[in-house]
Amino acid sequence: MTITFGDWITEIANWVFLAIALPTLGAAVLVVSAKNIVRAVLALVVTLAGTAALFLMLGAEFVGWTIVLVYIGAVIILFLIGIMITRAPLTKNADLSQPISMRVPAALLSVILFAVIGGAVAASFGGAAIPLPDEATTTASIGETLFTNWVIPFEVVSFVLLAALIGGIALARQDPAEEGEV
Amino acid sequence: MFAALTPFLAAFAFLSEEGGHEVHAGDGGALAQWAWLIVVVPVVITFLIVFFGKKSPLKGWGMATFGMAFVAVYGAVLAWVNLQEGILYEGAIDIGKIGPFALQWGWVVDGLSIMMYFLVGIVGFLVFVYAKGYMKGDVRYTWFFAAFSLFAGGMLVLVSAPNLIQLIVGWELVGVSSYLLIAHYWEDFDNVDAGNKAFMTNKIADVGLFIGAIIMALSAGSFQFSEIFSRMIEGHTLLAQFGFWAGLALFIGAMGKSAQFPFHVWLPDAMAGPTPVSALMHAATMVTAGIYLIARLFPFYQMPEFAGNVDSYIVVIGAITLFFMGLLAIVQDDIKKVLAYSTVSQLGYMMAAMGVGAYSAGLFHLFTHAFFKSLLFLGAGSVIHAVHSNNMSDMGGLRKYMPATFWTFLIGTAALIGLFPFAGFWSKDEIIASAYYNASTDPTAAAWFMVILSIAGAFITAFYMARAVSLTFFGEYNGHGHPHESPKIMTIPLMGLAAFAAFAGFLNMPGITETFIEWVTVRAFPISEHHFTAPNWALISIVTPIVLIALGIGFWLFRPKETQAARDTFDIPVLYPLLEHKYYIDDFYMDGIIRPTMGPLADGTLWIDENIVDAVPNLAGGAAKHVAAAVNTVDQNAVDGVYNSVSAGTGAAGGFLRKALTGRVQQYAAMSFAGVVIIAALFMIF
Amino acid sequence: MTIIQFVLLGAALFSIGLYGVLTRKNAVLVLASVEVMLAAVNVNLVAFDVYLGDASHAGQIMTLFLIALAAAEVGIGIAIVLLVFRNRRSANIDELDVMRF
Repeated sequence: MTITFGDWITEIANWVFLAIALPTLGAAVLVVSAKNIVRAVLALVVTLAGTAALFLMLGAEFVGWTIVLVYIGAVIILFLIGIMITRAPLTKNADLSQPISMRVPAALLSVILFAVIGGAVAASFGGAAIPLPDEATTTASIGETLFTNWVIPFEVVSFVLLAALIGGIALARQDPAEEGEV
Repeated sequence: MFAALTPFLAAFAFLSEEGGHEVHAGDGGALAQWAWLIVVVPVVITFLIVFFGKKSPLKGWGMATFGMAFVAVYGAVLAWVNLQEGILYEGAIDIGKIGPFALQWGWVVDGLSIMMYFLVGIVGFLVFVYAKGYMKGDVRYTWFFAAFSLFAGGMLVLVSAPNLIQLIVGWELVGVSSYLLIAHYWEDFDNVDAGNKAFMTNKIADVGLFIGAIIMALSAGSFQFSEIFSRMIEGHTLLAQFGFWAGLALFIGAMGKSAQFPFHVWLPDAMAGPTPVSALMHAATMVTAGIYLIARLFPFYQMPEFAGNVDSYIVVIGAITLFFMGLLAIVQDDIKKVLAYSTVSQLGYMMAAMGVGAYSAGLFHLFTHAFFKSLLFLGAGSVIHAVHSNNMSDMGGLRKYMPATFWTFLIGTAALIGLFPFAGFWSKDEIIASAYYNASTDPTAAAWFMVILSIAGAFITAFYMARAVSLTFFGEYNGHGHPHESPKIMTIPLMGLAAFAAFAGFLNMPGITETFIEWVTVRAFPISEHHFTAPNWALISIVTPIVLIALGIGFWLFRPKETQAARDTFDIPVLYPLLEHKYYIDDFYMDGIIRPTMGPLADGTLWIDENIVDAVPNLAGGAAKHVAAAVNTVDQNAVDGVYNSVSAGTGAAGGFLRKALTGRVQQYAAMSFAGVVIIAALFMIF
Repeated sequence: MTIIQFVLLGAALFSIGLYGVLTRKNAVLVLASVEVMLAAVNVNLVAFDVYLGDASHAGQIMTLFLIALAAAEVGIGIAIVLLVFRNRRSANIDELDVMRF
């Protein structure tokens, strides 16, 4: 089923979508361009919260709340800690980005990338409607499929996390010998 | 979920009665249902030792030994019940699904696995007790027992497996913990090398195991052994079609773990680990895994319509291994290496027995070998502990200093070479008799090859053991310091193992007792094999004199002489250098395969890095500049201006390219992304 | 609602994230930009999951895996940044040009 622009604009859900998507994009722009490092990271919170809200809209409740818990709860804290430890200047600081000679080609590349992807999708999907589910995907069904069809990848991911844990410790640990010198 | 498969197995028991071989089996009741404890206890204890071992009063040794004692007692009780009424039980817990294949963790309780539980438990227990004395004062004492416990636990995971997946898990657990144990003294680089060698050789063979498991599962539709066997009863056509390849690939996996020619190279080097590790590795765990796999799939290998003639390959490989690896033991100076090659040779016997269809004879040899070989290793360890050297040229005359070690070592030797009435006599003669029976019923070249080599193998075994005993315990002491008997904690396990080595053979005397056969043939699938009702006196009257003659020659050749060097001279032209260089197989692997592959691989990447990656900007500018300059001088006047500009242009291009490689990651990222975008755009347009 | 609006949002987020990765100097902010790119991928996965009505919820499960991997990535990434900072007293990646020959 394809949807014309007239139908699209009159559907109330799309206004909700726009209300979520536009601030999300705006916050994303802020993440990559803000001159205050803390502000950039806080903009990341808004971006991720926006995607979480979209997931709730699509009925993917478990994934949405996981984003809130894991990303906004934990990952952002990690970023803030990273900022604190690397003693980044907390005031407005122009030295966070590359000079304009680097920014313009990068912006151009990004726009072309967006055009390529957008063109490809538009050509393939057109106005195909997304069938919104009547009820949200339950956590129970996610859990069921996770531990039947996806149990091997699940185990693999747990190994990756373990490796990351060990790797993180090994990397960030102060070398005892070094400590003696300092 | 528990016991879900038991009715299924009962159907098998019925079938096997029809097959003429009676299997009376119960399901073992609660005893079998709780048999998962056998597997779980050592593995849990491993973690307990890792986390709490250092703080515990016995530094982890107590926990590890308790785990093994538990397994041994549980295994013994199971064995007793099994002998009374038979146990056939398969417990399973579903843990997931991969496509149509169910993933299960389960535990098989039948004659074969009970035998292994008991063996791992009892040998493990005695070796662990011994290790307390041997490892005393070691820097990584606690860690050693954790890895040791995991090693035994991995083996138990393997033997309890009702499906190929769990078997592979146990297989790899054994592999990784053996790596940890072989490289236990990792401060010495050679030991790390030995660990790597063992791990890599096994990995190469493991590819066979994986491929075999996958072919098996895809053609039979399941990883479960019981399912595969029931497909065989149905006469599954797909399995019949691919069975040969599955069987061959699985056998290659078994060859790796059981150190069969040509994968034997890792085992002698695995001696780098502490001696208790060698004792357990060469007796009850690790190397028996391959034999166990073949035994578990024995009905499959027995049916030519499924496995084709893989069994004759097994016979040939086993026979080659038992003879040629035995020869290598003759020239070793390191006492542990003598025993290591001896292990490889005995594994050849077991493997060949599986190939000729002598299921219980092969397993019986596995069973008795576990006792006398761990006894010999522990005895060697006791000697090494006393003289602080592995080399027999540093020993000699130890009989007087270490009587307990000497007498137990002698019992182990008698058992290994198959002297009446020690354990090895009954098990090895059964294999030779089976080989002879096989050759006389189905006279092929391979079958007679096996008979001749197995008798020759008995000769060689007696010869190298005579040499080892003579060089170690007779004559004058050649080493440094004053050797003394090992403490009681080490000699008592030796005596325990010596008792088993002396008496275990009585479990299976043809025509008199059939306890062992009754024990291991309690299986969910009928085992068809020939049963001897009486010892084959004709063969015994050939083999036993041969063994005695070999002993005599050995003791005479290496009798005490004036100097140890005089005893060591034992030179046969051509053969001796061949043996000393291990038939050049290790050299061939190193120089023929590893270096030619590894060297060019490393050189190639280095070359690409130095010459292509680095040189592109240099070349683009520099070379073009040179060419331009050369042409410039030749034809300076005519096209001077043109060439000048070309040269300058290419030079500039080179300079630009040089600048492009700034070492800044973001620019690299931008370039690679630009490339991706361009390719994507091209795909869209065309 | 159409599928394309979600995909376009994903593409836009991805491009913005790419811009950030290419232009940010501060390593922590580069990692943050990578997170924006990963969020874009998540949007795509969930949108297609709903669009295809997959019974096994492949898209949502993949998103969960991606979240786990992204968490691991940030952990390691921050650890590397810390290490670099400790060695060079700077978290600016444009000063890391030792890869130049």
